[in-house]
Amino acid sequence: MARNKLWTNIDWITVILFILLVFAGWLNIYSAVYNDTEQHSIFDFSQRYGKQLIWILAAFLIAFTILLIETNFYLFFSYIIYGLVIFTLVLVLLFGTEINYSKSWLTFGWFSFQPAEFGKFAAALALAKFMSSFGFKLSRPKSIAIISLIVLLPAFLIFLQNDTGSALVYSAFILVLYREGLSGVVLFFGTLIALLFIFSLVLSEVLLFGILTSLTLLVYMIANPGLKYFFRVIFIWVSVVILFAGLNFLLKTGMEPGIILAGTLLLGGVVVWIYSARNKLKNYVTITIIFIGAILFSLSVDFTFSQVLNSYQQARIHELLGIESDPLGVGYNVNQSKIAIGSGGFWGKGFLNGTQTKYKFVPEQSTDFIFCTVGEEWGFAGTFVVVSLFVALFIRLIFLAERQRSGFSRIYGYAAAVIFFFHFAVNIGMTIGMMPVIGIPLPFFSYGGSSLWGFTILLFIFIRLDASRLDYLSY
Amino acid sequence: MNSFSKRSYIVIGIFLITALVFSLRLFNLQVLDPTYKVFATNNVLREVVQYPARGLIYDRNGTLLVHNKPAYDLLVTPREVTAFDTLYLCEMLGITREEIEAGLQAANKYSRYKPSVIVQQIPPEVYAVLQERIYRFKGFHTQSRTLREYTYPVAAHVLGYVGEVNANDIQEDRYYSQGDYIGVSGIERSYENGLRGSKGVKKYLVDVHNRIQGSFLGGEEDIPAQIGKNLTTSIDIDLQLYAEKLLQNKKGSVVALEPATGEILALVSAPVYDPGMLVGRVRASNYSMLVTDTLKPLFNRALMADYPPGSTFKMLNALIALEEQAITSNTYFPCYGVASSPIRCTHDHVSPLHVVEAIRESCNPFLWNTFRSIFSKFSSSSEGYEVWREHVLQFGIGRKLEIDLPIESKGSLPEVSYYDRIYGKGRWNALTVRSLAIGQGELGLTPLQLANYCAAIANRGHYYTPHVVREMEDESIPEKFKTKNFTGISENYFELVIEGMEQAVNGSTGMLKIPGVSMCGKTGTAENPHGSDHSVFMAFAPKDNPKIAISVYIENGVWGARYAAPIASLVIEKYLNDTISGNRGWVEERMMEANLLNPNQPK
Ligand SMILES: [Zn+2]
Repeated sequence: MARNKLWTNIDWITVILFILLVFAGWLNIYSAVYNDTEQHSIFDFSQRYGKQLIWILAAFLIAFTILLIETNFYLFFSYIIYGLVIFTLVLVLLFGTEINYSKSWLTFGWFSFQPAEFGKFAAALALAKFMSSFGFKLSRPKSIAIISLIVLLPAFLIFLQNDTGSALVYSAFILVLYREGLSGVVLFFGTLIALLFIFSLVLSEVLLFGILTSLTLLVYMIANPGLKYFFRVIFIWVSVVILFAGLNFLLKTGMEPGIILAGTLLLGGVVVWIYSARNKLKNYVTITIIFIGAILFSLSVDFTFSQVLNSYQQARIHELLGIESDPLGVGYNVNQSKIAIGSGGFWGKGFLNGTQTKYKFVPEQSTDFIFCTVGEEWGFAGTFVVVSLFVALFIRLIFLAERQRSGFSRIYGYAAAVIFFFHFAVNIGMTIGMMPVIGIPLPFFSYGGSSLWGFTILLFIFIRLDASRLDYLSY
Repeated sequence: MNSFSKRSYIVIGIFLITALVFSLRLFNLQVLDPTYKVFATNNVLREVVQYPARGLIYDRNGTLLVHNKPAYDLLVTPREVTAFDTLYLCEMLGITREEIEAGLQAANKYSRYKPSVIVQQIPPEVYAVLQERIYRFKGFHTQSRTLREYTYPVAAHVLGYVGEVNANDIQEDRYYSQGDYIGVSGIERSYENGLRGSKGVKKYLVDVHNRIQGSFLGGEEDIPAQIGKNLTTSIDIDLQLYAEKLLQNKKGSVVALEPATGEILALVSAPVYDPGMLVGRVRASNYSMLVTDTLKPLFNRALMADYPPGSTFKMLNALIALEEQAITSNTYFPCYGVASSPIRCTHDHVSPLHVVEAIRESCNPFLWNTFRSIFSKFSSSSEGYEVWREHVLQFGIGRKLEIDLPIESKGSLPEVSYYDRIYGKGRWNALTVRSLAIGQGELGLTPLQLANYCAAIANRGHYYTPHVVREMEDESIPEKFKTKNFTGISENYFELVIEGMEQAVNGSTGMLKIPGVSMCGKTGTAENPHGSDHSVFMAFAPKDNPKIAISVYIENGVWGARYAAPIASLVIEKYLNDTISGNRGWVEERMMEANLLNPNQPK
């Protein structure tokens, strides 16, 4: 076996990205908890940063152990691991401890953890195993049924724990299926309807409109996969956007930034549309119709929600979507979070100098809203770096997944990437008011042992699989 | 195998677009949009809850009954507090050092960063002084609240009072948070949702010196408070004042309503108390005083006390017998003889007599025979009783009337099973339960039920659910208050009992005759094992097209004609004529001066 070569075959880029994110996360937890009136050592384990430090060290140990285990282990035991995790999820429902209205903790003496955080890698393993099995065809109804079972069973059990946010994460697997051949139409409409529904309730109309336009552009590129058009369309559109935004800036029209954004996006779209018509590109009419349909759909959801449903029904839907209740009035959490992030400016107030976070205006400062600390203390420079680090990690994972020879490794790699992505998109989206307030952690950043370990396992199994990519021929 | 590998570009595209959208949003939020920058200078955002004024309450003629006066709370944000002159603050507010310290400690425990109330309901004159010197007390600020104020010191049992929410209220309705006010009883409770309005939020920027720098975002994110909706009650405040005056130094109740609508004109439960006693900082001490008062002023007798109806119930028995054709208008029963022996007549009159005369004379033997005739129409006593009971229920007796006030008793009207349990199944009959024939025994009616029953007679067979609110701003009153409830008894039978009631009034002493008004009424005596019997009277007037129906209970008033009837006649006269005719001044005086607080009155 290639144990000797293991350390050279490991993708150190991914490992370094991981270490950077974990380190940055800890710094921000330290700052979020830090209080200038009470001084504690960073190893004070009664403080959250102290505890998180232990968990980080444990996570490194876990990562190291995972790297030492043979690849075969994951392949052969994936169903058993999956079964064990499902079993613990059932145990939680029966014997779990309730914290913050969700019964998602298992407690053994002083030690308690959230099994839901471990469901993700288990589901990824089982899914990879099943979809890479001999003679597997995605088009068979039976395959679809089994895939749904693998993915929805843990999701359902987690939903029963009253942890809707963590259950929704499993919807990210649709991207894996898409990569493995699921019709783009299914992905497209499934995602579109779900997202439109959520966004219509959360975002302002202008913003939603802007996002829809960008989405249309994306779909448009899917429909016209030629690279030549891909770049040309991007180029045309981006230049129109820049032109329009620049003009606005120069002329100081004083329009709302949201309207400018939406306007430029639309204008860019129109130019691309004219371009397509002249070049007789495929599907532009269909896409336009879908675009208009989507706008109408979101308007009608909006209308139904605010005009037809009464406040009780609205609250129920919020609850079902996992949108947290807002004891201090509409949008309190998000508002405070936006203020904290917005007050950071370009360079931020500096490490430990955040005021909004110190005043405890932002709730769940070190867990779900940790990104606020980044925004306030490190400014746009910081948030941009963090967003870039994450996206670099995701793209790296996709790149690694694509270079696998075995279907198992590739599928697992995709699963890992999209799960991270889902957490990233929802968590950051929530802090900047673009997503409903669904309490799911930001990978590697948020305070909490279970989530850190869960993400570490998810990532390092793939790093281990990737390190052995040359050992096997593809299945 | 990798036939779909190009799809990786799409997936990467999704990642990139998300990152792009986030980056643009962050750039806008952090760099372009200046609104959040002000915080960079260590300013603090203070959210001040705007408490709306509660809706005003008017009487039926538009007289203002309940309005609001300003009061102020002092709040503290422990984190911002620096050393201050405690003694000075205590002197200014009239509180002790210990109170301030305990308050600070509690606030600290709740949150170091969020304000909590430390002194409540500071009167405006103190507030004016405090506001000038608040800069000396860092970390303290005030918020304005409103308290109830009453134009007249009456109608406490109808209006109810407002208090602070308890844990239960907060759990039941997420609108409330700690320290909010809520209607605790009366109209304040039953119309809470309309009266309360809705809270708002005002956001201010406050500098390190605790000075307000202006509103945040020019007030764009403020949520204005919405003032509560105004209510018009059906109470006639002059009538209410008058009735309360008549009931001074007595225990009992007056319920007057308009038969044509079910609107309550006056509702008194004596002894009364001034609703203003339960407002502001004095509430707690006054409340415990009222609770411990042996005369139970907080107990709403008009809605909660089950009194035996006594002879006032005789009309109902007669009506049921007529409807069931157990008797006719030509049925005569004698006052003497074996058939009449179970319940004897108390006074002399013509005999034998028919139903109109029987009501006029309040003849016990006639009513006993009538009651028995109802039972003998059916094969078993329990069946007869069941039919009788159904009729009684249809008058709103033995069940809640669903008035728009928070609590009411359903009175007492036993089911068949009750007598089965006491006497054994099939081992009881009309004779066993004969006290029901004359309104005694297990029967219990609240004064409201008695007044409503009277209204049903006045309307010749139907009633509207009694209610105290006529209209609420932008809202119509519930449909149930506009729906006729039929008693199931034919109209022509009512004319007979009404005739009897009119003759009863005309044949009585001068105390209850109102010049120029044809009043129909019936006295009663409610047996009271704890002292002198209670005096009961129900009446309506005028006979045709009645404007008012009334029930009066005077505890320990000995018998109906002595207190309840004259008081009812005065209230009716006041309502119909606006004034008491000169030759009845002595009646008014005698009623007002009567002190019946001693439970044992001479016979
Ligand atoms: Zn007699």
